[in-house]
Amino acid sequence: MAWLSDRLNYLFKSTKGLVLTAVGLVGLVTAVFGMLSGPASEWGLKDFIVRTLGMRLVEAEREGRIIMLYHSIAIPVVAILVYLITDAVPMKERQRSTINATITVGYLLTMFDGLGFAYFGHSWLLHGLFIAGMSLTFYSGGLLAAALWPWNKEHHVSDPAYAHLRSGVDLERLAFFTMAVATLGSAAFGAAAGAYYGNGFQTFLAENLIREPHHSVAQFAVIGHLHIMLALIAVATTLVIGRWFDFKGIWHKLAMPLMILGTVVLTLGVWGVVTPLEPAAHMVIYVGATPAMLAALFLILYAWPKLVRERLAEQGLTRAGFGRKALALLHDPLKFGALWQMVYMNFTVSGVGIFMAVTLDKIIRVWPSKEERITLTGHWHILSAIVATIILFYFADMVGMKGRVRQWFGWTIILASDLAFGAVTVFSLKRLFIAEYDQQPLVNVTMWLTDLGLITVLTVLAAFLVWRLVDLARARGHWREDVAEKGILGMDATVVPAKTPTSTPGAGAGTGGRS
Amino acid sequence: MSRSSLGRNAPRPVRRPVAIILAVLASASLLVGAACAAVPASFAAPPAYATGVDPEAWALVPAGEYLAGQFNERARTDRDFEIMVTPVTNAQYARYLNEALAAGKVRVDGGRVLGHYPGDPFAGKKHEKPIKAGAWPFYVFSDPAARITFDGKAFTVKSGYEDHPVTMVTWFGARAFAESHGWRLPTEAEWEKAARGVDGRPFPWGDAIGPGNANYYHSRDPFETPGRMGDTTPVGLYGGKSYGSFKTVDSKSPYGLYDMAGNVDEWTADVYAGTHQRYLRGGNKGDYPPDLRSWARSSAPPDFAGPSAGFRCARDPVR
Repeated sequence: MAWLSDRLNYLFKSTKGLVLTAVGLVGLVTAVFGMLSGPASEWGLKDFIVRTLGMRLVEAEREGRIIMLYHSIAIPVVAILVYLITDAVPMKERQRSTINATITVGYLLTMFDGLGFAYFGHSWLLHGLFIAGMSLTFYSGGLLAAALWPWNKEHHVSDPAYAHLRSGVDLERLAFFTMAVATLGSAAFGAAAGAYYGNGFQTFLAENLIREPHHSVAQFAVIGHLHIMLALIAVATTLVIGRWFDFKGIWHKLAMPLMILGTVVLTLGVWGVVTPLEPAAHMVIYVGATPAMLAALFLILYAWPKLVRERLAEQGLTRAGFGRKALALLHDPLKFGALWQMVYMNFTVSGVGIFMAVTLDKIIRVWPSKEERITLTGHWHILSAIVATIILFYFADMVGMKGRVRQWFGWTIILASDLAFGAVTVFSLKRLFIAEYDQQPLVNVTMWLTDLGLITVLTVLAAFLVWRLVDLARARGHWREDVAEKGILGMDATVVPAKTPTSTPGAGAGTGGRS
Repeated sequence: MSRSSLGRNAPRPVRRPVAIILAVLASASLLVGAACAAVPASFAAPPAYATGVDPEAWALVPAGEYLAGQFNERARTDRDFEIMVTPVTNAQYARYLNEALAAGKVRVDGGRVLGHYPGDPFAGKKHEKPIKAGAWPFYVFSDPAARITFDGKAFTVKSGYEDHPVTMVTWFGARAFAESHGWRLPTEAEWEKAARGVDGRPFPWGDAIGPGNANYYHSRDPFETPGRMGDTTPVGLYGGKSYGSFKTVDSKSPYGLYDMAGNVDEWTADVYAGTHQRYLRGGNKGDYPPDLRSWARSSAPPDFAGPSAGFRCARDPVR
């Protein structure tokens, strides 16, 4: 019994265990439900999965199913970010454990009951539990916002290296807090419309009506909700990665006010789509996105030279040419990868989005709506997946991945995912450079590269999870060190200092932070 | 310094992964570039199959209630109408073009056939473009996807494509064809009722779709090339006959219409206020099955011509 309870304590009480559980479940759901569409469906796997698992799929309910699937994946990802935030940002241990416990129950209810309701008959009990799960997740967000309260003097900052107000208010903490509050409002924004459309399955996928000349307020709310939630997940991820790199100095002082401003303006712009100010809302969104993106750029401008400096120092070099510096930058694929994916995002997500916005009437809407739909869905699927890879890099570092495994894991994910994202981008914009009649060879190649990339990422992820499972089965596995370090069985109400994973590749988690 | 002296956890050199990355990225770029330049495998002449379905036939759709849209809302058509049993074929459209050219109702300009359209009311809404009275493209024969060619004097259908649905036709061209015969395009509501009848089924033939029902993406019909290039299929192909090893299921709609799902998207008549876009129904040879559901719709500007867009006509019942 102790064998089991020790491991359950690790999986459901330690940050690493909680993240591992959620990553495993998301990976499993992605692998299984991904077979219901696209190439896997063509290969006949859909029929096999439906038959084997006893799914009941009704054509008219497809959109509703997909929305519940999206939420069943998105809510655990939100939970993962919350675990990482409660781990990295100082707060009372009691707050940390309460938030983590609440959101864990929340996402598990959302995930299992949402999928159960959507794919295995329509038990309203499951639907109720799905809603309860999302409500608990929302509640935990409220607890998180309270725990992040930046005006608590206990968390004021005096170290001049970090952005803070004269009063000592930590601007990074304020950025986390702003993101949390904006997320709560944006979740409610979607929930109100979702409650309306969820009643009787009168639901829709945003991409199917984006070109309609008229949208109702509720339709605008749904479209706005999915955009802002993804954007805020990206903001949260950027802030978490900033903690990982111990982001500080002049870039930090520039970035944090911009991130706060960007988050506020972007969020208000999206909320504005349901008001009479809708025609101006898009301009407000662009204005808000710019400072947020600049803040991410400043993180990269801070962290890339830092990576180079640290690696050269490890090698005992005080001077180095471009080549050696480049190799030093590429030395640690997990840290380089997390930052590189943010850069790559500009080519495959932000750049495509801006291009679409600028050329909407001249190019995009000259094509059939199905082409616009492909571009849109490619755009936000890539954003979601690219954020997932960044989180994976962070988590792999957190669990102490080292040496050759670290190199292969990191580079394989960078390479395979970017191959897939690049191929999807080319596929989604194919009409720019190839006519429909001539497109098939390009479609075949881009789909093949996409499948290759995604299958490789999922395989690496599976190997990673198996590695952790094997470790969990061992009596003296790394998981036990994590449990011991966390002191899980003897929590107290003291403030736990900010924790960031290693700043040197291959070492275990350490403490960092500020005064 | 020896590797062992660096310790077990010492960082490894990165040259090998970097080299592999560069190699894979270069290969991927070459593949994409080659794909852009590749000529898709296509048929010199497609297989000739006699479907036994008459493209000149019409079906009556009586007035009355039906279940409309994804959520089966009650709706009704107020009058009986007739609709073509199949999409308009290349042969039918080429005949029209020759007649219209001879009558001076269309002219050839570059690789396009132009004709007159009286224009739409313009509300000046966001994303709306004015559709003014004037000459608009009806058909684009310069595109390699076009199955109708022009030799400077007459329009001719490429051999083997006579009974395939016409494509590369714009909404203007579809409307003009219908009006030249005293017919019209079906409205979206008429089209949907004709496709699924009154019982709310998602596909013209019932609840589920398989490769024997319709021509959709990778449905393995005999007109799909080894490179998975989809092509149109002869109208009425999915009538329950076998063609070599390819077996079809009788997939007509409750009113006896064929190709109401897949093969080509079909232009519909409605002109909505605040947008210049026109709506297409039915899904096409390049779509996944969800786009073939009877309520699914797509849109394109009225001057759009593509290898997956065609149409069929409607008319008041012939007494």
